[in-house]
Amino acid sequence: MYIVKRLLTMLLTIWVITTLTFVVMHAIPGDPFASDSDVLPEEVLNNMRAKFNLDQPLPVQYVLYLKNLASFDLGPSIESETRDVNTLIAEGLPASALLGFQALVIAIVFGMALGIIASLFHNRTIDYGAMAVAILGISIPSFILAPLLIKFFAVKWGMLPVASWGTWQHTILPSVALAAGPLAIIARFTRSSMLEVLKQNYMKTADAKGLGTAGIIVKHGIRNAVIPVISFMGPLVAHLLTGTFVIEKIFAIPGLGKYFVDSIFNRDYPVILGTTIFFSVVLIVTLFLIDLSYRLIDPRIKLTSRGD
Amino acid sequence: MGNLLEVEKLKVSFRSHGGEVQAVRGVSFHIEHGEVLAVVGESGCGKSVTAQAIMKLLPKRGCSIKEGSIVFEGNDLLKLSANKMKRLKGSQISMVFQDPMTSLNPTMKIGHQIAEGIIKHKGLDKRKAKGRALELLKMVGIPNPEARYDQYPHELSGGMRQRVLIAVALACDPKLLIADEPTTALDVTIQAQILDLMKDLQQKLGTSIMLITHDLGVVAEMAQKVIVMYAGIVVESGTAEDILEHPKHPYTLGLLNSLPNYETAEKERLIPIEGTPPDLYAPPAGCPFAARCNYAMEICVQEMPESFETENGHHSRCWLNDPRAPKVAEFAAAGRDGT
Ligand SMILES: Nc1ncnc2c1ncn2[C@@H]1O[C@H](COP(=O)(O)OP(=O)(O)OP(=O)(O)O)[C@@H](O)[C@H]1O
Ligand code: SF4
Ligand SMILES: [Mg+2]
Repeated sequence: MYIVKRLLTMLLTIWVITTLTFVVMHAIPGDPFASDSDVLPEEVLNNMRAKFNLDQPLPVQYVLYLKNLASFDLGPSIESETRDVNTLIAEGLPASALLGFQALVIAIVFGMALGIIASLFHNRTIDYGAMAVAILGISIPSFILAPLLIKFFAVKWGMLPVASWGTWQHTILPSVALAAGPLAIIARFTRSSMLEVLKQNYMKTADAKGLGTAGIIVKHGIRNAVIPVISFMGPLVAHLLTGTFVIEKIFAIPGLGKYFVDSIFNRDYPVILGTTIFFSVVLIVTLFLIDLSYRLIDPRIKLTSRGD
Repeated sequence: MGNLLEVEKLKVSFRSHGGEVQAVRGVSFHIEHGEVLAVVGESGCGKSVTAQAIMKLLPKRGCSIKEGSIVFEGNDLLKLSANKMKRLKGSQISMVFQDPMTSLNPTMKIGHQIAEGIIKHKGLDKRKAKGRALELLKMVGIPNPEARYDQYPHELSGGMRQRVLIAVALACDPKLLIADEPTTALDVTIQAQILDLMKDLQQKLGTSIMLITHDLGVVAEMAQKVIVMYAGIVVESGTAEDILEHPKHPYTLGLLNSLPNYETAEKERLIPIEGTPPDLYAPPAGCPFAARCNYAMEICVQEMPESFETENGHHSRCWLNDPRAPKVAEFAAAGRDGT
């Protein structure tokens, strides 16, 4: 019952997002061909508008779009003559998702490790050091970090390729650049969550049982500390998996990220809608999965206990 | 046979921005095999800190044991290596805490929380440890142990959780159980059940217990010996009968007057002790109780009273027990008897 309810809510959410995007997009003055109006004759422009149904009243366009969406068709791209939005996403997604996935693994593994170590050395040099690194990670923008990484690892030491897409080696630097921010955020959250757990009475009980220090920290500490950390990871995961404009631009990666930005400048209506909906779906599904895993880790929350 | 536990002149301090809090200032007592020792005293007098010093549960930073020894079966725990101490904790000495609601790990099945200590100390495999854990659940009066084994703490009431925590503590047949106000957080009816259980198990297993409590009724029912603590020191010690029937320290007297009659449980005139304990940043040189004591004399503020033995094994740190002191009756005559 919970799952069915949840799925219906997800569909409803996507519909709301689609509608809002549609309205806002058309509320901005101009249209995809506005910039061509001084080069092309009016008849040509009108022909093109008709081709993309832009001559129809908005409600009609809206209904047509929803109809296509219902059959998972995101429509044609106005900019690209040859490829429709489905194809754009299908082509861009693998690179973006691979980078995002690798970045996610790096961010979670190292972020949690850093946070846990910092908490165990609370208010000592190691803690301060780890948190200084974390603050750097959060505050250095990726468009500065990425060129730095390229300068040292690719240009100076020649360890890794400078840019573009090909072998797995090509994915390392962009993954690291992508991971830095989330890694720092996860480290900080894990640290404060772990500090909270270390104060709890059940940690004293575990200590009083005479268990080994490592056992106490792993079995009684970390499991309880990750619960709040997991709960804020939804947006992070969705963002990483759907690609980032800056990193993909700097490393010349054929990913999804550029469409999010280009489509807005080009007023490429179907691409704007398509990428927004795609991102929303990824986000909503991620949130759902995180909710499920949350419920697996925390026995206090039952699948049926909310809203039923 | 020697004593099971001998604590000598224990001093514990906490460092903080304001200076040093002298939480425990030279506490000595001992517990014999199979004996129940009650530790009583107002909030903040150092009961928990003393207990945690024995279990090495004090915070590692900002807290130091300045002096003293804690000898358990001939070994000074303060000199024991961390590894040896870990082997002792939970197997020879174990502890039950005040708040059952927060003392169990919320994400671990209660059965595992009992079994993990058994696996660690007794070297049993998982299946055998589970068998032992089920026995323990039954022993502490939890119905349907098989089903309860796989439940999580939030599925149990406070009383049930405290039973589980008692099972955790007794899992490896410890020689000494330290119970730090094990019933304070529970409803009155549940309190009685838990105390009955502890008394029962104590008689069955012969475990020595250090029972920290506010409740003198509990003392009367369970303990053979009592120490009364005030501002980090032991002000009076003796058998439960000595302390409850013939208190020799004004503070103990005050405690007794401020509680409902422990025998008849009838609500008599309750007289709380006025005032508050001294600041432990800079404890007074003389008797710490002087500022609140109806019998205070000149010497009380000048000099810390020594420990007078008033009867065999009954000690009181109060100048009134000095042969040169005036008798209590004389204070009453002078209108200084506050009771
Ligand atoms: N972690 C700590 N840091 C600083 N001071 C502490 C700490 N733990 C205890 N103290 C101080 O030590 C003193 C004794 O505390 P303790 O917990 O032993 O009291 P208690 O007798 O157990 O009281 P209660 O009946 O309230 O449990 C108190 O004054 C307290 O402020
Ligand atoms: S020593 Fe003096 S102040 Fe202290 S309890 Fe005895 S009479 Fe009172
Ligand atoms: Mg206490």
